[in-house]
Amino acid sequence: MKFTEQHEWLRVEDDLVVVGITEHAAEQLGDVVFVDLPEEGTTVSKDDEVVVIESVKAASDILAPLDGEIVEVNQALTDAPAKVNEDPAGDGWFFKMKLEDLSALDEFMDEAAYRAFID
Amino acid sequence: MSALQRTALYDLHLELGAKMVPFAGYEMPVQYGLGVMKEHLHCRARAGLFDVSHMGQVSLRPKSGMVEHAAIALEHLVPVDLVGLKLGRQRYAMFTNETGGIRDDLMVARRCDDLFVVLNAACKTEDIAHLHATIGCDCDIVELTARALLALQGPEAAAVLETVAPGVSDMRFMDVAIIDTADGPLWVSRSGYTGEDGFEISVPVERAEALARQLLAHEAVEAIGLGARDSLRLEAGLCLYGHDIDTGTSPVEADLAWAIQKVRRTGGAREGGFPGAARILGELDTGAARQRVGLRPEGRAPMREGTALYAAETGGEPVGTVTSGGFGPSVGVPVSMGYVPVDLALEGAKLWGEVRGKRLPAEIVRLPFRPSTYKR
Repeated sequence: MKFTEQHEWLRVEDDLVVVGITEHAAEQLGDVVFVDLPEEGTTVSKDDEVVVIESVKAASDILAPLDGEIVEVNQALTDAPAKVNEDPAGDGWFFKMKLEDLSALDEFMDEAAYRAFID
Repeated sequence: MSALQRTALYDLHLELGAKMVPFAGYEMPVQYGLGVMKEHLHCRARAGLFDVSHMGQVSLRPKSGMVEHAAIALEHLVPVDLVGLKLGRQRYAMFTNETGGIRDDLMVARRCDDLFVVLNAACKTEDIAHLHATIGCDCDIVELTARALLALQGPEAAAVLETVAPGVSDMRFMDVAIIDTADGPLWVSRSGYTGEDGFEISVPVERAEALARQLLAHEAVEAIGLGARDSLRLEAGLCLYGHDIDTGTSPVEADLAWAIQKVRRTGGAREGGFPGAARILGELDTGAARQRVGLRPEGRAPMREGTALYAAETGGEPVGTVTSGGFGPSVGVPVSMGYVPVDLALEGAKLWGEVRGKRLPAEIVRLPFRPSTYKR
């Protein structure tokens, strides 16, 4: 598992990258009440705003961690946005991306580095 | 930028695990461990304790010694019947300006020797200067900086407070009283800012923490932060100064005409006589051009403050703006308030709010979003 400075986690699964937000981010955000997901099949560039998360407090964005294609989104979040808080590293995932080259993930932090980053 | 002030409960907030944020010049708890959603729901289900000590508490003491004279004086600043306000009762009021806008909204309680006034934190310095400049010759204007203000709100508030302050259960909505307790008197009003039955309790700062701990010791009570205070008042359809009302909105536009009693309106015994009376009385007689309404966005996307409102799904200029909006934890859907032209302000009518470049439908609905449970 890799981590971005925007508090996303990235996990490789069947040649795809699954993207979610960290428990730390979910806690900071507060109770999520609405998730606006991208269309499946969208091509995105690094740092594009791909997901909008609304918590009771405020709206925030999830940025595309890398260039690639959104191949699947977690539709369950549409009706149950609270999953983001309940299980941010599991059922609360947002989307799966196809990258040209998975080795691009190497630039991101590992768990130890991320823990140091948020401390 | 001067240093942030702290209330008498600052240490207790930290001990309770509050996340502190700057608010109106104070370091205030925005939420505790439960988080905004659960705090909100707890307050509606049982009872919530709020520190609202940042608000201004002012005693208007008539120089003549007759409280009637303070009421007459303050009527020069607000379009509200204060002369007719009975001893032991409280009223919602607003300071108006010369153009009929709202300088601040406030609560006024009539007591034996003074009018007790509660002001918004962000406006209190200007309000007090305004009071000095206008009615300072009739009244001593005493800011009660040595008092904290707590709010206990929710269906179990009365039962809980009764154990500390016997007799509060007999009060009705908007009653005020000085209640004797084992630790000394408390100034209690049966009112609040959540739409729930509940109380606001003014207490000397040196007794504030002990009182808060006494209330929190009840299993029914949780500490509630400013985050849930905002979502609770939004569901209750109550205005937040600086957002839903400001110097550019009149009380009539803001749908606060209910707070202007007949005696201050056209043809009343004390008609007008407050700043901006020409505009406000005119709007009471013939209507305002725009009006605050409740909005229920159709989907799950909240329409927050600043969202532009349109009369159609495509084209045209904005017809209004959202002034407060978010998710209503108790109603389980997004809710907003905003201003629209009166000809569009019809219950059931559809508008579109532009959220992140997309126009999303919203229905105009009656306020409050959730019925209030005041003990009238």
